[in-house]
Amino acid sequence: MAQNAEHVLDHVELFRGPEYQQMLANKKKMFENARDPAEVERIREWSKTPEYREKNFAREALTINPAKACQPLGAVFASVGFESTLPFVHGSQGCVAYYRSHLSRHFKEPSSCVSSSMTEDAAVFGGLNNMADGLANSYNMYKPKMIAVSTTCMAEVIGDDLNAFIKTSKERGSVPEHFDVPFAHTPAFVGSHITGYDNALKGILEHFWDGKAGTAPKLERTPNEKINFIGGFDGYTVGNTREIKRIFDLMDVQYTILADNSDVFDTPTDGEFRMYDGGTTLEDAANAVHAKATISAQQWCTEKTLAFIAGHGQEVLAFNHPVGVSATDELLMALSRVTGKEIPEALARERGRLVDAIADSSAHIHGKKFAIYGDPDLCYGLTAFLLELGAEPVHVLSTNGNKAWHDKMQALFASSPFGQNCTAYPGRDLWHMRSLLFTEPVDFLIGNTHGKYLERDTGTPLIRIGFPIFDRHHHHRSPLWGYQGGMNVLVKILDKIFDEIDRKTSAAGTDYSFDIIR
Amino acid sequence: MSFARTESIEEIKARNKDLIQEVLTVYPEKTGKRRAKHLNVHEAGKADCGVKSNLKSIPGVMTIRGCAYAGSKGVVWGPIKDMIHISHGPVGCGQYSWGSRRNYYAGTTGIDTFVTLQFTSDFQEKDIVFGGDKKLVKLIDELQELFPLNNGITIQSECPIGLIGDDIEAVSKAKSKEYGGKTIVPVRCEGFRGVSQSLGHHIANDAVRDWVFDRLTPEKSRFESTPYDVAIIGDYNIGGDAWSSRILLEEMGLRVIAQWSGDGSLAELEATPKAKLNILHCYRSMNYISRHMEEKFGIPWCEYNFFGPSKIAESLRKIAVYFDDSIKEGAERVIAKYQPLVDAVVAKYRPRLEGKTVMLFVGGLRPRHVIGAYEDLGMEVVGTGYEFGHNDDYQRTAQHYVKDGTLIYDDVNGYEFERFVEKMQPDLVGSGIKEKYVFQKMGVPFRQMHSWDYSGPYHGYDGFPIFARDMDMAINSPVWRKTKAPWKAAAEPRLMAAE
Repeated sequence: MAQNAEHVLDHVELFRGPEYQQMLANKKKMFENARDPAEVERIREWSKTPEYREKNFAREALTINPAKACQPLGAVFASVGFESTLPFVHGSQGCVAYYRSHLSRHFKEPSSCVSSSMTEDAAVFGGLNNMADGLANSYNMYKPKMIAVSTTCMAEVIGDDLNAFIKTSKERGSVPEHFDVPFAHTPAFVGSHITGYDNALKGILEHFWDGKAGTAPKLERTPNEKINFIGGFDGYTVGNTREIKRIFDLMDVQYTILADNSDVFDTPTDGEFRMYDGGTTLEDAANAVHAKATISAQQWCTEKTLAFIAGHGQEVLAFNHPVGVSATDELLMALSRVTGKEIPEALARERGRLVDAIADSSAHIHGKKFAIYGDPDLCYGLTAFLLELGAEPVHVLSTNGNKAWHDKMQALFASSPFGQNCTAYPGRDLWHMRSLLFTEPVDFLIGNTHGKYLERDTGTPLIRIGFPIFDRHHHHRSPLWGYQGGMNVLVKILDKIFDEIDRKTSAAGTDYSFDIIR
Repeated sequence: MSFARTESIEEIKARNKDLIQEVLTVYPEKTGKRRAKHLNVHEAGKADCGVKSNLKSIPGVMTIRGCAYAGSKGVVWGPIKDMIHISHGPVGCGQYSWGSRRNYYAGTTGIDTFVTLQFTSDFQEKDIVFGGDKKLVKLIDELQELFPLNNGITIQSECPIGLIGDDIEAVSKAKSKEYGGKTIVPVRCEGFRGVSQSLGHHIANDAVRDWVFDRLTPEKSRFESTPYDVAIIGDYNIGGDAWSSRILLEEMGLRVIAQWSGDGSLAELEATPKAKLNILHCYRSMNYISRHMEEKFGIPWCEYNFFGPSKIAESLRKIAVYFDDSIKEGAERVIAKYQPLVDAVVAKYRPRLEGKTVMLFVGGLRPRHVIGAYEDLGMEVVGTGYEFGHNDDYQRTAQHYVKDGTLIYDDVNGYEFERFVEKMQPDLVGSGIKEKYVFQKMGVPFRQMHSWDYSGPYHGYDGFPIFARDMDMAINSPVWRKTKAPWKAAAEPRLMAAE
């Protein structure tokens, strides 16, 4: 018996003991009808080959380990960015349990969201009663200022009409007549979580700007000096949004963050559970129509939203996850141009510090090969930064990237001598990435938590940047954007590079290369 | 100091009843009437806990429940390690359930075992419009080509499959035939079916019956039996639970021929009808198939509980009764062997945990099974309830586990649970990830009792020290003394969890 009370062994150590190893070996031999180990090894080796890669890339129907989630998750993520707003997902309830778990596992925070709990009868007769009862219940229990409705694939397949349902629910007295219930159709079989973010945000702005589903006059735009900023679906929303606010304040820019969920995903532990915290006020959401311009940090998260805003007469600008020196330069210069405000010396000094850090350390990154996967904008931003560092991106893969993303990525590669051997892979998944890493190896992989299996399979060290990050804590509190965000990303990459050198030297048991000074 | 230790039973009951009434006032009338049936105070001697269960959740409340897909893919089928489980439909369901349940297994992932991979048909709009059967056919061909060592395939239906009328049974049959009788199992676990994940367990059990057992051939059943063969049913090997259980059964002289379904394989499912006894841990998720095996193959089943030394010893003896004296002696030998460990754990942790109160809300078996383990450490469970329990779960709870006056809440929602905890001030809450951070913000120590908060195993004698350590670290963590800023503490007379 290995276990003891004084030094408790949990799963990390317990099962590695001889009694458990023997037990597992017996189970495999006697009961599992397991495959011949030589055969397993043969297939494993085959799965690393160009031949396997070819078959793998020929897949048409099967998706394995995709790096994307479904629309409603993005809708929930956007909705909680408004003051005291309860996301309400019309459809079957299990989905909401999944969205809440998924967000909680990443942010280590509560995630509040309700569903209309549709079951078989609603599948047959439609979900109107579920909507009407559900709105009444959540309005009474959770005292929101706004309920933002989105859908699941179930409600979409049976064709429930949100506009009509919400109207009827109000007539039945579920919520007061002038209570804000914006909505967006977010079928899970179209696009991904970034599409859902886009649809929900557009739905909310449309609600406030275009007459609240026919119940109020449309807003007349009277331009002011404010700037709207949209972060997009972003696992680093806590750190990034705060960094953006700091930059705006330094520049003395008047701004509205649209869908500001940085506080609700970062509430204090002080004896009180805050179901709602922070968020864009409903008044600000309405008044955002008057802004001078809207800046989005993520192009592919906000395509429809920006088109909608542009249709109301504002200038709109989209960036692609502004990581690093040039991307931040562009953001600040655009901001300066639009607002007429000067970029303050404080930011110029921050810029200089990031350039200083890159100059100090770039020798360690120069020429290193990278593979990257994630959402389309994140991939773009990280790749641009790597090129700036003199690294060589080789594979950039985005499951929810499209043709336009592919072309823009290829143009980015072409813009730098360090990008000459890089390929963008839209619509591919992490099993494709596995083949790429075996057949065209790189030095480092950048991606979310799911990349840890690729790290183990292929031996490519993983730098965790993306969503979701489940198996490391609190990274989302540090920004990726701005010069300071660039510094965080730089340190993250360098730490892994140095850890790898140490790990390799330790494994070799040598004293050479195991340096104190680098 | 909690209420429970300073009040009489009658005072506790009255207070809990008042609490229920207070919570119900927030609802619209119709909803309040429905919820009232699910909240009660346990009366000792009653046959059940006095609540209705397994009814639809109310729209618009924050139910903690999941869906039938979660019950089938996430719980029952997903852990079968040498089969490939296709999340058939849009991408989300498979993505959110990917790797989230810690069903440990041994094998070469991606080559001969597949639990921690996410296979999906990633439905697009055209699949909804034209149907997904053709895509499924092609997908199975692609699986066969890329994963030639898979021992079987299951098709886990997501919501749209049933709604658009795809015939996954026909596809399964045709492809099975084409691949020489390969086991390909269609599972109709669309998320809108039933009221919770519970129906998904039942549907998954029925799929085992129809698509594994009913296709057993003499060749597949070629299995050399012994008089001591048992199968572990309803242990999902969270953090290795089934392993720390299996080792005890083997030590007492039994032979475990199958694990369901954590670290399980298709061969083990097929071997189970040859067992002499099925021993059932999670009654809720696997009683159906156990009853079926009893009817069809004449295999008796018995429930057991491997949380905490009292229940472990009771269960080992209960299992041994089905066998000869050598096994009964084996049970005593195992109990005696581990007694020093148990004594050391209790001696170390009980003084730190004595008198602490716990409120639970989980699924499956845990709202009752873990109570004994808490009691072994001197703790008291003052409130409990099931996400998706049925009436027979509440009967089992009433008759074997809870004390007079315990607050019972079926399908509790976020609002109710928060109010109950706020008023009852337990020293620990045990529930899931969605509840964890809510209560920690309130300053209440918390352990996830689905995933063991990424710890475990908790089952068996090797699991008990981990359970005790984890409860101690949760309750006695220094962090809970920091919840209130010192300059604000004076203004707040009631400190949560402070002594």
